Amino acid sequence: MRLATLSAPDDFDAWRDAARGFAAADVPPDDVVWQVGAAPADLFATTADTTVPPPVPGALSVPRAFLDLARSVVMAAEPERFALLYTALHRLRREPKLIEDHADPLVRRLEVLAKNVRRDIHKMRAFLRFREVADHDGASRYVAWFEPEHHIVRANAAFFVNRFASMRWSILTPELSLHWDGAMLSEGPGAAKGDAPDGDPTEEVWKTYYASIFNPARVKVGAMLKEMPRKYWKNMPETALVGQLIAGAQARESGMISQSREAPTIGDNVAAAWAALRDEAAACTRCHLYKHATQTVFGEGPVDAAMMFVGEQPGDQEDLAGTPFVGPAGQVFNRAIAAAAIDRGQVYVTNAVKHFKFEARGKRRIHAKPDTGEIEACRWWIEQEQMLVRPQVTVALGATAARSLLGRTVTIGKERGRALRLPDGGEAWITVHPSYLLRLPDPAQKEAEFARFVEDLKLAKAAVGG
Amino acid sequence: MAQLDTREKLAILADAAKYDASCASSGTAKRDSRDGKGLGSTEGMGICHAYAPDGRCISLLKILLTNSCIFDCHYCINRKSSNVRRARFTADEVVKLTIAFYKRNYIEGLFLSSGIIKSSDYTMEQMVEVARSLREDHHFRGYIHLKTIPDADPELVHQAGLYADRVSINIELPTVSGLKRLAPEKDGARIEGAMGEVKASIADNGDARRKYKSAPRFAPAGQSTQMIVGADAATDGEIVTRASTLYDRFGLRRVYYSAFSPIPDASTVLPLQRPPLMREHRLYQSDWLMRFYDYSPHEVVAAADDATGMLPLDIDPKLAWALKFRDSFPVDVNRAPRELLLRVPGLGVKAVNRIVASRRWRRLRLDDVARLTVSVAKVRPFIVAEDWRPVLLTDRADLKPLVAPKRQQLELFAA
Repeated sequence: MRLATLSAPDDFDAWRDAARGFAAADVPPDDVVWQVGAAPADLFATTADTTVPPPVPGALSVPRAFLDLARSVVMAAEPERFALLYTALHRLRREPKLIEDHADPLVRRLEVLAKNVRRDIHKMRAFLRFREVADHDGASRYVAWFEPEHHIVRANAAFFVNRFASMRWSILTPELSLHWDGAMLSEGPGAAKGDAPDGDPTEEVWKTYYASIFNPARVKVGAMLKEMPRKYWKNMPETALVGQLIAGAQARESGMISQSREAPTIGDNVAAAWAALRDEAAACTRCHLYKHATQTVFGEGPVDAAMMFVGEQPGDQEDLAGTPFVGPAGQVFNRAIAAAAIDRGQVYVTNAVKHFKFEARGKRRIHAKPDTGEIEACRWWIEQEQMLVRPQVTVALGATAARSLLGRTVTIGKERGRALRLPDGGEAWITVHPSYLLRLPDPAQKEAEFARFVEDLKLAKAAVGG
Repeated sequence: MAQLDTREKLAILADAAKYDASCASSGTAKRDSRDGKGLGSTEGMGICHAYAPDGRCISLLKILLTNSCIFDCHYCINRKSSNVRRARFTADEVVKLTIAFYKRNYIEGLFLSSGIIKSSDYTMEQMVEVARSLREDHHFRGYIHLKTIPDADPELVHQAGLYADRVSINIELPTVSGLKRLAPEKDGARIEGAMGEVKASIADNGDARRKYKSAPRFAPAGQSTQMIVGADAATDGEIVTRASTLYDRFGLRRVYYSAFSPIPDASTVLPLQRPPLMREHRLYQSDWLMRFYDYSPHEVVAAADDATGMLPLDIDPKLAWALKFRDSFPVDVNRAPRELLLRVPGLGVKAVNRIVASRRWRRLRLDDVARLTVSVAKVRPFIVAEDWRPVLLTDRADLKPLVAPKRQQLELFAA
């Protein structure tokens, strides 16, 4: 049994010298006990041989990548780190390329240890907080208390010197402390939290910043915790605010939304906004239907209308005219709303899909039903129209319109004749599309269905202002 | 109006700046203050000094010089017609705040933007003065990101680049028609013109530094831009294509996406809704695919739904691509070239590098791959290893539920 004693938990040079000696003498890894300081790490330490064979110069060359890895791993909190590294070194003599075999369990384990160390080094640079105090001569000194997970403090000193060379500072940790006087770095013994100052007036300003830069509309607690685990929180002043910020977030966001819904903003520019939206829609290429249609047929009507009618898509005549509901189905629609005592000039009329979809049969363009993808692509426009006009009642004419408004497929027979609540607070009523009436062959049935259609429209109208 | 103290101003002007997504402090020239005269340092890698509950990193002191503005962009909380409280920092206040925060290790540096007051040139002059004072009066060696103001004098923008590590100008919206509708005073062509000038200055500076090592650096961390997602009609396919054009034409380091989020006192032109955070996330993932995984924009667009042009929200774009182009799989981890391994869902760049290095020394088995990746379950259907073939798995119609992440209710109050 051999015993190697290292002076400090991150003493890389001592580990390297001892490991080289053992490796040159071909001491098997199981025969070496590694220990930091005087404390016996092994019950049988008294029987151990404490002589370390002197390293033989040039006898052992290892790849640079291994040395870099070892330098990081030595700082890990893992008690087995020295033994693991020596095992790897011992194997390297027979497997010189071992270090490139990342799938080897030992190499992988060392890589994970090194990664944790590097992360801890990075987090110390990120989460350490200085507090300003007056030094013995009255000048400022910046003092920080930090509790790292691994033995990284000494390795991190250069970073803080490079960054804060013109300041005087001290970094206190449980294991050791670092002091910089503006020219020289010195090390002191470990410290306790009570040795560090407990406040700094600037922290209040910093907390103000932290609370103000947070966007309550996009709470993502998981993303925060992934990068700023709770173990670091206790020494960061701003984390005291996290709980209340999250709790207040939902209220603040819904407050913003409801405020804007209830009180339309000053400088009422809905009409201008609608015109701009229509102009933008004229160039829409969200789905392929624009390629063959003549033009975008946008909605029409007063932007403060209380009722909105949503059809399926423009037909042949609408496509040419650029106006919704002017063809044969439009005429049925006009007759029906007149019968329900609805003034077309007072309602907003639009379509779920804004381009004409058709199949060419000779010179005729035959209506083709838009598919789900096309309805989804066009939903963006109908949502914008809904949000601008904010009708109390929206009437979906036919299955396509209902799908567009509700985002799911519905059976008209089941849903007609009653109000459905829309996510924005408005009401939706579902009925047939007027073209359905055109297609019915039996005049009596046509008559009956028309009457039913008018009844639906009357019910919807009665819901306005209710 | 009563005088506001620095803390009140900070609350207003940080609140006004939070809709800018950029927080990077990386990729600039290395500097330190070992000479004992200056303050601060930069390394290659940026540092995130804190995280807010919105999951965003806090690396820089991100503030506006003022939130007063003569423009009326509808998506912006600071637009002329908005009712928010206004405040204005002096250049000196910003400098002092930056130094005080930096000395306590709260930040990597300063991100300064501004509403436009008086004129573009006047505003830009004020911002350049902050950067000048930090660099020349205080020898500040930390990171500075300056937003440049649309239509500011190119000479001022050039000065900004000499003091700052990064300069940026926001493209704002992915489509020209969207910009016209929502930011009527801004002009897409002029924004792109300004980006072109910054690109030329960066290139000139590169030439100068090849000849004279002492030539002053111009924006060593390059330029970036940001566009708002969900405020105009652009599809994901259009956004991805637009971003890739911007990367190519202006040599941008980053294109940031910002899900349009509810702002207090919103304009009626842009009614409020929940910000499309998942959509934003998927766009960033597609950005990663193009920047680090050798996907062409055309291939990312192919991962989107053909009819709607939108990337799926329930699975990431890399998995979506793999499920759509099954004929590219399975990939043999022991033989396939690096480019093909990068296409395997669940294999990141690091895992691929480790596989490529390790397979020179051993035939990789599934256990070996498991050690090198986060989740072998996700990878398995798409690879062949020494002791593993997915047999029919890769061709199964119901593969998606097997590899897609389980849906989980997000916990709002988890912290």
